[in-house]
Amino acid sequence: MTTIVKPEVKTAEKETVKKNKSSVYKTEQLNLWYGSNHALKNIDLDIKENEVTAIIGPSGCGKSTYIKTLNRMIETIPSVKTSGVINYRDKNIFDKEYQVEELRTKVGMVFQKPNPFPKSIYDNIAYGPRIHGIKNKKILDQIVEKSLRGAAIWDEVKDRLGENAYGLSGGQQQRICIARCLAIEPDVILMDEPTSALDPISTLKVEELVQDLKKDYSIIIVTHNMQQAARISDKTAFFLNGEVVEFDETDKIFSNPSDERTEDYISGRFG
Amino acid sequence: MKFVNHEEVAAKTKTRLTKNTLLKGVFAAATGFGLVVLAILLYRIVTQGSDYLSFEFFTSFASRIPENSGIKAAILGSVYLMLVVAPVSMFLGVGTAIYLEEYAKRNKFTNFIKVNISNLAGVPSVVFGLLGLTIFVRFFDLGISILAAGLTMSLLILPIIIVASQEAIRAVPNELREASFAMGATRWQTILRVVLPASIPGILTGSILALSRAIGETAPLVVIGIPTILMFTPDGIMSTFTALPMQIFDWTKRPQVEFHDVAAAGIIVLMGLLIIMNSIAVFIRNKYQKRY
Ligand SMILES: Nc1ncnc2c1ncn2[C@@H]1O[C@H](COP(=O)(O)OP(=O)(O)OP(=O)(O)O)[C@@H](O)[C@H]1O
Ligand SMILES: [Mg+2]
Repeated sequence: MTTIVKPEVKTAEKETVKKNKSSVYKTEQLNLWYGSNHALKNIDLDIKENEVTAIIGPSGCGKSTYIKTLNRMIETIPSVKTSGVINYRDKNIFDKEYQVEELRTKVGMVFQKPNPFPKSIYDNIAYGPRIHGIKNKKILDQIVEKSLRGAAIWDEVKDRLGENAYGLSGGQQQRICIARCLAIEPDVILMDEPTSALDPISTLKVEELVQDLKKDYSIIIVTHNMQQAARISDKTAFFLNGEVVEFDETDKIFSNPSDERTEDYISGRFG
Repeated sequence: MKFVNHEEVAAKTKTRLTKNTLLKGVFAAATGFGLVVLAILLYRIVTQGSDYLSFEFFTSFASRIPENSGIKAAILGSVYLMLVVAPVSMFLGVGTAIYLEEYAKRNKFTNFIKVNISNLAGVPSVVFGLLGLTIFVRFFDLGISILAAGLTMSLLILPIIIVASQEAIRAVPNELREASFAMGATRWQTILRVVLPASIPGILTGSILALSRAIGETAPLVVIGIPTILMFTPDGIMSTFTALPMQIFDWTKRPQVEFHDVAAAGIIVLMGLLIIMNSIAVFIRNKYQKRY
């Protein structure tokens, strides 16, 4: 079996840290249908704060569907029906009274394809704060700088903040999108294959960024790249045909998975 | 086994190229035909009307004597008419397009509405005139006023504005809406900050083309009963009025040949107005395109 081995971490130490962490997202018996297509089946996942949680699995297994359910973006598709519970910070996001706009100000999302607005770099980053009512130019300036620094792109764009974001390379655009997401100072960041459209160098930058960001944010990242999952995540969930086959410490998943299907997948025997 | 026989392909290349050259000629001729006819039309109108085009032409009312005739009442009437039509039709048209594209659920009923809006654009303008006469002039008792005519004209061009705006809104990529929603924006904030800025060039182009149609349209005004000769200028939207196309129409009906030249001068003014309107559209469009 070919395993991607992560440098050994003293498990005992890690265990105690884990115990103290509280959950950001607790998914219980989540089911989701696109019309009659049962895309997510009885999902149970407990996602802790200040961790990077990777979601892996073959194409079509429901990774994007799950991550889009976490900020209820999935509701933009009319045929979608859900059952079960997703508690975000102990409140069920499916509750009738739950304000989806409020949820999304706390849960940022970075999409697979970079999707900056056809506006200036500055206006892209200031978009979120502005829609939440921040008008003060000085505060916006500070948010823009802080977010661009946070996304490790400040030095590349600081002299051209007024230029259209469409003039940037794909990798830069993706980091602009990450910065745009940081500008609303979220609690959780959802990333759906954020590096799949990027070259290796940009990918590395985004990966380093994710490592950095986890100090302040909880990150849930979908990836097709096993090495990436092994490198940057603390926990890994393996999805297969709409079910969670295994969810555990990334080290454990990649060195000693308990389920045979997980082992087959990470060693490249299917998927 | 190969499926492409390169010798055969080479043999056919020549005919393909000839066909291409031939069709290029046909399309150029089609363009040329339109241009030539337009040029002749413009030439005739300018040579006919330029003698009557003077400062007094704008400041005098209509008259029995061709030399003393002017378009003061007509041009002011047309401007007033536009002041009613532009806001009313754009508000209703863009509003409807936003509702249908952004808010309404996709179902059979909304599809039915969407299809029929385009059909409405093909209804003859006389029919809209009759509608205006029945509803605005008589039922709402607005009389033969700028408001009644303006509302009628708004209805007439509404379908064009709706369809153009819908197309412009639909052309905005969905990823941009998703990016906005994912940051906690409401639908209205997304419309205002993402959808409209990206679609405003298309919306404006469609709207201004529609407005140019309204400013040149005569039939609905005739049906409503707008007078052709008026010796005073309108003093509000409830006032009666006459419009440029009505005035031109009246002059062309006159037996004296001189009046036909006066009509040509009126047409020059009308075309001038259209050019100004289209320039405004181009100006706004360029301004927005620079920003996005
Ligand atoms: N908009 C949609 N309408 C209907 N069915 C959908 C839609 N989006 C996804 N599905 C279905 O839901 C299932 C899960 O799709 P999803 O996009 O979540 O997979 P994924 O794990 O993200 O795959 P990939 O790795 O290729 O991105 C698939 O069977 C797919 O066909
Ligand atoms: Mg996906």
